[in-house]
Amino acid sequence: MGIGLAFIIVLGLILFAYIGTELLGLNSLFAVVFPYVALIVFIVGFINRVVKWGKSPVPFRIPTTAGQQFSLPWIKYSKIDNPATGWGVALRMFFEIALFRSLFRNTKAEIMNGKLYVGSNKWLWIGALAFHYSFLIILIRHLRFFMAQTPWCISVVDSVDSFWQIGLPMVYMTDIIIAAALLYLLGRRIFNPQVKYISLPSDYFPLFLIIGIIATGVMMRYFARVDITAIKELTLGLAYLKPTVPEGVGSLFYIHLFLVSVLFAYFPFSKLMHMGGVFLSPTRNLANNNRMERHVNPWDYPVKHRHYEEYEDEFREKMKKAGIPVEKE
Amino acid sequence: MGLPRPEELISNVNLKKMPSKPWMDTLPVEFKPGFYCYGAKGKNLEYVNFPNARDFHVTEQDWKLPEDWKNIVIEGIKQRLERFRTFHVFMDICVRCGACADKCHFFIGTGDPKNMPVLRAELLRSVYRKYFTTGGKLFGRNGGARDLDIDVLKELWYYFYQCTECRRCSLFCPYGIDTAEITIIGRELLNLLGLNTDWISGPVANCYRTGNHLGIEPHTMKSTLEFMCNDIEDITGIRIEPPINKKGAEILFVTPSGDLFADPGIYNAMGYMMLFHEIGLDYTWSTFASEGGNFGFFTSMEMAKRLHTKIYEEAKRLKVKWIIGGECGHMWRVWHQYHNTWYGPIDFLEEPVSPITGTKFENAKSNKIVHISEFTADLIKHGVLKFDKSRNDNLIVTFHDSCNPSRGMGLFEEPRYIIKNVCNHFYEMPDETIREQTFCCGGGSGLNAGEIMELRMRGGFPRANAVRYVHEKFGVNLLANICAIDRATLPPLMDYWVPGVRVSGVTELVANAMIMKGEKERTMNLRMEPLPGKEEE
Repeated sequence: MGIGLAFIIVLGLILFAYIGTELLGLNSLFAVVFPYVALIVFIVGFINRVVKWGKSPVPFRIPTTAGQQFSLPWIKYSKIDNPATGWGVALRMFFEIALFRSLFRNTKAEIMNGKLYVGSNKWLWIGALAFHYSFLIILIRHLRFFMAQTPWCISVVDSVDSFWQIGLPMVYMTDIIIAAALLYLLGRRIFNPQVKYISLPSDYFPLFLIIGIIATGVMMRYFARVDITAIKELTLGLAYLKPTVPEGVGSLFYIHLFLVSVLFAYFPFSKLMHMGGVFLSPTRNLANNNRMERHVNPWDYPVKHRHYEEYEDEFREKMKKAGIPVEKE
Repeated sequence: MGLPRPEELISNVNLKKMPSKPWMDTLPVEFKPGFYCYGAKGKNLEYVNFPNARDFHVTEQDWKLPEDWKNIVIEGIKQRLERFRTFHVFMDICVRCGACADKCHFFIGTGDPKNMPVLRAELLRSVYRKYFTTGGKLFGRNGGARDLDIDVLKELWYYFYQCTECRRCSLFCPYGIDTAEITIIGRELLNLLGLNTDWISGPVANCYRTGNHLGIEPHTMKSTLEFMCNDIEDITGIRIEPPINKKGAEILFVTPSGDLFADPGIYNAMGYMMLFHEIGLDYTWSTFASEGGNFGFFTSMEMAKRLHTKIYEEAKRLKVKWIIGGECGHMWRVWHQYHNTWYGPIDFLEEPVSPITGTKFENAKSNKIVHISEFTADLIKHGVLKFDKSRNDNLIVTFHDSCNPSRGMGLFEEPRYIIKNVCNHFYEMPDETIREQTFCCGGGSGLNAGEIMELRMRGGFPRANAVRYVHEKFGVNLLANICAIDRATLPPLMDYWVPGVRVSGVTELVANAMIMKGEKERTMNLRMEPLPGKEEE
């Protein structure tokens, strides 16, 4: 549902940036105003959303337990998948966030000749890891555009990423991996009937948006001739709060920057907030120690219930007849 | 049952074929017989002060809702967003990756896309977006939002009562989104309008009045236990007097009332009494705390709390030191994950220590309730019990992990350790179908009603399929479990899919193999069938 709509919107955004800079010359709008506004919307929106979630309390401690519980001393328990301590939870969260532990479990169910077959299926896990880590590395690489002196750690990332030393300028591995991962993630939404059926416009939109960002970035680095000095002057200006709009920055860059701005501004209002939400998921970030340590519900309230006295009043004669002890004879 | 033959039931399920219409366009929902439970009776709703108490007929056009029903639901959603971080976060962060889609037994068994956990949640999420998010308000359907109208409400009802809250999807979700939590809250919202099922609201009303779902009154409970003791005497030659409402006993024992009522649960109840007698445990039954299960949990958190208060009140009144809970699924989810929060700090009880072995149950030191499998495993480890495993030699056993003790607790090794100590023949089902990945029996969370037998047979298909595998490969003929709902739902499931496989609790197996002091030579098992080697010529 909505793949065409999402595609058209992203195309429209590209066209908008093109017309705005190439034809109307509103360079400062795209170079300065939109990036700043987007960044502010991102920060305020992100914090706002997390605070909103944080305001909702966690009334019950309901981890999804994915391994043997801590019980008798001679039974080996699953310290990470079913943690009983804070350290266990920290490790569980680390594996969840850094290595997508739950997705690693993924299986595939198929019915053939009236029988069900459940098999391992790691493709989504691989695709998701490839996408997220490539994106992260690309983001880190880009920091050199926002610092006058490139710190050594970023240079290291840079040289590792271009380790194969193919072509000139050297090809980044992550550029290839993220492109493949994005096509895989988009392909699933088009060709996997279940995923296609559940997909909303808001699932396709960020995919096309990021594909647009990657495509314009790749074009600038490998194909089109862009004035990298002018671009760095612009990005440094943004970073040091002395915005300038240098001559010679082509609209390809402005399209790139605009799509990034849209991504940032869109982020807090979208499913992309899973980035913040995963830290707050009560089925993952709590220890399975309910019988050892009491969890308090801040909005707990007394409830009306039946007392033994009422029960005995109703059944006293029958209880006495049956020889069951009663409180009042 | 009027069901198609097993090979026909699944033959038309195609997990890869989705309807041509987008899911938002498939309203109104068709109430297919065999897929929905009968509506609640007014008197049962009224008994526990549920709103809008009236006889509710699902297929009638008019659901007799209060005038402002829509506001009630929206306000209900708002309140729950403010109260449950789970709900709030889960409404926002799903990316629809589809990892959960083919994890749900109801989706696998029906092929109905709205039974994919992600879509089940989207049914409610779309309403949430419409009334609580900027994107939903601005972009409507393109923002994944839709108005709440009567058809949407009916759809919510239909699908929230096609989820057994088994949490298998939440295991696979990269963000831990728990459909059980969404279903629980969805059902709470529906209960604000009196939209409950007969099969849930009846037991809730019973439980409130008599202490147990089946409505067993105290004198009947006593005679039932005594009747079981007669059987035990016939089998073992040992006379047991079950302690009932005994003040000053060390331990209060609470189990689901299903174990007092029907085959094969009753054999488990006999097993409990034989075990406790053999080790000389100072314990008591309570006629009021005569239910460990909690159908209230399938209506609202509040109702769940209202039903289980009696357990601690009885523990206090009878002056026991701590509590042992019998074999049950959702009962243990509630006991383990909710009790301590609802009723704590439980300072009038003592930290549980096994009076037989001296083992301190560290993991239960705060809420003071120990699972019978933990208790029994400890007894066996200390060599307290003597077994003649050959009494179970006719049984080729596999173990079904019940959803709730699996994914809401992590009780995996204890029952396996017990079974391996009392049975010679034990085989596991495939890894993807046991332990934390276990498949539901198809009838949990109050969906074990007779009128939805088709849904149950479909939902139970993945479980049955795995049993069939070990049945064919190893000759498995017994499906052991630690859940009263399993003991009620698995027998018909096995009869339908894997005839020849019977169902039992774990304690039944323990008691059958256990050599009791002073027993006569046993010739019968707890079901009064001849033991292996003791068949008459």
